[in-house]
Amino acid sequence: MQPDHHDIELKVNGTTHRRGVESRMLLSDFLRHELLLAGTHVGCEHGVCGACTILVNGAPVRSCLMLAAQANGQQLSTVEGLANDTGELHPVQQAMHDHHGLQCGYCTPGILMTMTAFLKENPAPSEEEVREALSGNLCRCTGYQNIVDAMMAAAQAMRAAAS
Amino acid sequence: MTTRFFGAPIKRNEDKKLLTGQALFIDDVELPGMLHVAFLRSQVAHARIQHIDVSRALKRPGVVAVFTADDLGAYWKPGPLLVPPPPISGIVFNQRTQVPLAKDKVRHVGEPLAIVVAESRYIAEDALDDIEVDLEILRAVVDLEHGLGTSSVHVHDDLGSNISAHVRQIKGDYRCAVAKADLVLKRRFHYEHGISSPIETRGVVAQWNARGSQMTVWDTTQAPVFIRNGLAAMLGLSERQVRVIAPFVGGGFGPKIMMFYPEEVALPWISMRLNRPLKWIEDRLEHFFATTHERGQIHDAEIAVDSQGRILGIKDVFLHDTGAYNPYGLTVPINSQCTLLGPYVVPAYDSTFTAVFTNLPIVTPYRGAGRQHGVFVIERLLDLAAGELNIDPAEIRRRNLIPPDAFPYSNEIIYQDFQPLEYDSGNYEPVLDKALETVGYNHFIKHEQPKLRAQGRCVGMGVACYVEGTGIGPYEGAKVQVQANGKVSVATGIGTQGQGHFTSFAQIAADQLGVDVTEVDVVTGDTDQFYWGAGTFASRGAVVAGNAVNEAARVVRQKALKLASDAFECSEDDLVIADGKVSIVGIPQKFIRLGELAQRANPMRGAVKPGTEPGLEATQYFGPPSGATANGVHAVILEIDPLTFELKILKYVVVHDCGTVINPMILAGQIHGGVAQGIGNAFYEKLSFDDQGQLLNASLADYLLPTALEVPRMELAHITTPSPLNPLGIKGAGEAGAIPVGPLFAQAIENALNVGRKKVELLEIPLSPSRLFELTRMADQP
Repeated sequence: MQPDHHDIELKVNGTTHRRGVESRMLLSDFLRHELLLAGTHVGCEHGVCGACTILVNGAPVRSCLMLAAQANGQQLSTVEGLANDTGELHPVQQAMHDHHGLQCGYCTPGILMTMTAFLKENPAPSEEEVREALSGNLCRCTGYQNIVDAMMAAAQAMRAAAS
Repeated sequence: MTTRFFGAPIKRNEDKKLLTGQALFIDDVELPGMLHVAFLRSQVAHARIQHIDVSRALKRPGVVAVFTADDLGAYWKPGPLLVPPPPISGIVFNQRTQVPLAKDKVRHVGEPLAIVVAESRYIAEDALDDIEVDLEILRAVVDLEHGLGTSSVHVHDDLGSNISAHVRQIKGDYRCAVAKADLVLKRRFHYEHGISSPIETRGVVAQWNARGSQMTVWDTTQAPVFIRNGLAAMLGLSERQVRVIAPFVGGGFGPKIMMFYPEEVALPWISMRLNRPLKWIEDRLEHFFATTHERGQIHDAEIAVDSQGRILGIKDVFLHDTGAYNPYGLTVPINSQCTLLGPYVVPAYDSTFTAVFTNLPIVTPYRGAGRQHGVFVIERLLDLAAGELNIDPAEIRRRNLIPPDAFPYSNEIIYQDFQPLEYDSGNYEPVLDKALETVGYNHFIKHEQPKLRAQGRCVGMGVACYVEGTGIGPYEGAKVQVQANGKVSVATGIGTQGQGHFTSFAQIAADQLGVDVTEVDVVTGDTDQFYWGAGTFASRGAVVAGNAVNEAARVVRQKALKLASDAFECSEDDLVIADGKVSIVGIPQKFIRLGELAQRANPMRGAVKPGTEPGLEATQYFGPPSGATANGVHAVILEIDPLTFELKILKYVVVHDCGTVINPMILAGQIHGGVAQGIGNAFYEKLSFDDQGQLLNASLADYLLPTALEVPRMELAHITTPSPLNPLGIKGAGEAGAIPVGPLFAQAIENALNVGRKKVELLEIPLSPSRLFELTRMADQP
């Protein structure tokens, strides 16, 4: 079988990329191994663990459940784009550091992407809402408590910065 | 030494890389010309291999090579025995270690049959479907008791039985204990642990450099030095020709130290043959079969107590599922056997286990490493005795605690580190008191629970105690080196999987050398950076490597003071090390930076004194005489919905004593994570095998890891009883959170449900809403 190819053009963290891809190439593999944006991690390849979460046009998406070809023409954000150009961490990253919200750090990029989108949508969440939003991302190290604390602190920091 | 950093909640050095996507994990290793590997795995648990035909796979475009067991030639050998059996008299141990590729027979689902090497992982997986395998399917050994029956088939035909091991250990005289007892209780307990399921699966990258005759292996291992040594031996190379790098590893929890996994054996050899770098990354489905588990034991246990609830003796006979092979020796069942004794005075103990080969994936330690099983048995026995004698569950525990003046306390039997089981230090009653106080034990029992029960709510209290043997030998080492730029480098041989070693080891070195923690660069898990070591297991990293770092940094400090005293022509007593420099006491403007001292210690010209070593560096090793025993108490208040059996945790308390604490923030994180895994084990995670050895729930959609909605907020408190076995007084903490959650849940759920119901005894873990429904319905039937 001759694998069919697609020429795609997409923006990742503001940079435009043009590539030819096989139909079946997963978006997660494309980001990691074609664009060498390896910060997006793959944990389960069946959409459960959430480690590969990225933003597609601002909405969290599991990049292991999407094909690269489907990302044609879309705007993507990955963990590599979270800190600003001077290297200053995003408030959600900073809060994770301050509250020891990561141990092995493997699930962390997916959590950062899920939660930055969530906090944009809900800038003043309750702890229960944070836990609900976080429940689609599996972490095997932290028991979640410090991540929850980090998100509450990040929400507060972002509200303070906005006012 | 000042302790500015030791004991402080210092934020982690390693976070920035991890938060920005810049940390190197195994699948991030990209090498020019790299090929990709996929393994064809058995889909049945037990079968004779008749024929494997790989010819179609070889014809597929993009496939470079295919290997079966026969293609490995003399390289095909059963793996080494990672941990030999301890010196216990009368021990039976039948060594049957795993093989690189199945030959003649497959012994569990997921055992590899063939290896495909291709230009991409996609093509390699396509080619797996091209391979034709002809198998004669055999009955599978799944049930432990059936496996020991005379009519059972055998996992290893040459053995003539399925007995992997048989061990009896005795302390005191149990028969005398029974003769004196007012109450003897006997029950059968089933305890199953599960899979560690780190979010990063395993992976191996191997690169043979033919010009340099050098093998480099990136491996998600917890023990890079062992892997280096073993690979060198297998490949016919010197250790110096093999470099093993454990990069950032996305969680391990035990199973990433099994050795050797077939993939670790195969990839380096194929890389040499093809002279190309190779990568294999386990997918999640493979992980359920190809990475080791920790599964079940069946205990027939009895306890003899006096009328006051004091333990006179315990007898336990148990079966242990070791899986298809036993490369990790007896560590798991020995831990169960030893840890059962807990923090209690048990004058007589008679414990026998039989480890059974089954046609299921291999069992090796997973966080707790068998300790859970033993703790479940003793804690449940105490609950049952308390119920019979009408003693409060917390009180029966208190009456049996080892008193503080009894340490070091010998339990006489042999532990996993081959040393007699001796608790180095402890002060158990304050830990129990603190837990009861923090959870509000008396108030809940006397006031809250009756009130809530009157409202029809099923709320229950649980309290469980445990000890944990930690920080075992043999040894670890560390090299501390001051760089010319003034930064301090610390290299050690252990691997790291999220435990915060880049920070806790930096804290230790920073205090000795008067620099900031951020000025200390810790390297772990690269055999070219540090040659010697054992690995990260048994809650030993902080204890063993931490003390080695302290010793090495102390020697460097002495060297720095000596060099500065020569330069200033003053006594070392007149010098102070702080802020990255050595200065004269009282004259802060008179100083030399550590970086400059490092340069001076490596002069370009002139003679150096005999016996002088260049550089501002030192390598030191630390080997404890035996393990340090940590202990703790967990307490919980939970609620069960009487219709759906959904469980809600209202309060969770951990009080813990792991000796002196390097970094309380990191310690809290270790405990939070351990408890989360314990909760998964107790109530959500169950490996469901059918009678053919097929795992029916091999996906994260069906094997339920706890999420942020199941893991509650925890309240932590610490009691500090330093270990006398190491200069820093540290005990390990990595496994503590996970150990007592099973019996805690069983006790609290019983307490919650027993109101107005027929008595339900929960003698098994894992539980679940559906299992509670079954058990309570069985009890309701006449």
